[in-house]
Amino acid sequence: MNAIPPMIPAAVATPIPVPLATMTDAAFALTLGLLLLAPMAIAGVALINTGLGRSRSAAQAMLGNLALIAVAAIVFAFVGASFAGSLGSAEIVLHLAGKDWSVLGFGAFLLHGLNAAAPQSQLAVLFEFLSVAMVVLLPWGSGADRWRLAAGCTSAAIIAGLVFPLDAHWIWAGGWLSALGTNFGVGAGFLDAGGAATVHVLGGLSALAVVWIAGPRRGKFPKEGLSTAMPGHNATYVLFGCLLALVGWLAWNTAGAILWAHAPLAALPGTAINTLMSASGALAATYSVTRFRFGKPDASLCANGWLAGLVASSACAAFTSPVESLFVGGVAGVFTPLLVEVLELALSIDDPTGAITVHGAAGLWGLIAAGFFAPQPGQLLAQLIGVAALLGFVFPLIYLLFALLNRLVPFRVDPDGERMGMDLHEIGGGAYPEFVIHRDESYR
Amino acid sequence: MKYAGLLVMPAGFFLTIAALALFPDPARRLAFVLCGLAVIGMGLVVAVRGHMLPRGAERP
Repeated sequence: MNAIPPMIPAAVATPIPVPLATMTDAAFALTLGLLLLAPMAIAGVALINTGLGRSRSAAQAMLGNLALIAVAAIVFAFVGASFAGSLGSAEIVLHLAGKDWSVLGFGAFLLHGLNAAAPQSQLAVLFEFLSVAMVVLLPWGSGADRWRLAAGCTSAAIIAGLVFPLDAHWIWAGGWLSALGTNFGVGAGFLDAGGAATVHVLGGLSALAVVWIAGPRRGKFPKEGLSTAMPGHNATYVLFGCLLALVGWLAWNTAGAILWAHAPLAALPGTAINTLMSASGALAATYSVTRFRFGKPDASLCANGWLAGLVASSACAAFTSPVESLFVGGVAGVFTPLLVEVLELALSIDDPTGAITVHGAAGLWGLIAAGFFAPQPGQLLAQLIGVAALLGFVFPLIYLLFALLNRLVPFRVDPDGERMGMDLHEIGGGAYPEFVIHRDESYR
Repeated sequence: MKYAGLLVMPAGFFLTIAALALFPDPARRLAFVLCGLAVIGMGLVVAVRGHMLPRGAERP
């Protein structure tokens, strides 16, 4: 019988070398250009968040999108980038079972040394800035119509200062999940070139924590009968947001493939095509499912399906074939409308934008699909370990932090504010001041 | 119920970590990781049930 290696952890701050500048000038310029296009995905998600909420909360929703991005960027620049560790310098390592487990970066604060860092490291930090901006928007949409702006901003600070950097370090910056291949011979380590785990699953799990803590919108789940339908106020915003998101996602996935999967430039058109195939497969599947279930295709659910296909592609577009991408997107497109329905009708989860399904569940599916389709043997195990870390450690951590925060800064607006709308209550003016405001039947 | 489920979930995560540390054999490792995921799933189910709203007369 093999002797069990010692499992005594010891936390130390170890200097680590700055990654070598292996990137050519052409690759650097291309990646920078792609990253400057990637905010289109953030703009798309912001429009979707606003369009799927109510008209009386639209201005608060859009202002919240901007405010949360601002808070996240500032906090990430101050402390988050240090913990993410993409600039190198030092990291906290546990010595466990004879192996080094890098659990957190511990570099200089305030982005000190950014200008002197290798070009690849600078691009990695820019990628992380965009990623954290996307992560904080996902729970904001799920908490629409009842989540206070102040609570949203403080939650964004927690995500950007601690939770996202932890994830980013584990997966992108040489942490223990990315080192599963070298340390334990498990595939090529956890693969997540486009941010399916670091951005979307993290955002989806944060959305679930917010929805549970803030509770459903007033009147959503009456004592008797099923839930009350509360459709989004502007389908055009939502569908145009999906088109914007496609542009951003093409840039996001190709930039991620260069940075995290070290894909050659010749492989990038394939990555972009796979992204489009995944979204297309998902939309076709959701269209068919909603057409079959309701007699007509549902615009809001089709938008959710399209986005779920894009999210699933984030995990595996860098190395799947177009047909495999179509399959991955198709599966996401089938389960998205069904899961949205189950969460709302069976589990009393009021998620106006569907972020828990679209980003959380589709992201998890993409990560597992990456395990099936990656060329390295043993990759599925690496992906499953990553999924276990996200669900078993990161989610309870987010819930705990948000539950503590809720005691200091209450998440939910008071009933009066919810009745008059978040626009009037929180920012003193509506998004559509010339519109006639209809009486809300759910308050009778 | 809410918190019990959320406390069970990290136990599943530590099972997967234990699988990495204890089993060099890929098949055993995969089996242990799947057990860890099953524990996480059970914790999630308990947490979901703890957060569900009671229906009808059961609701205060």
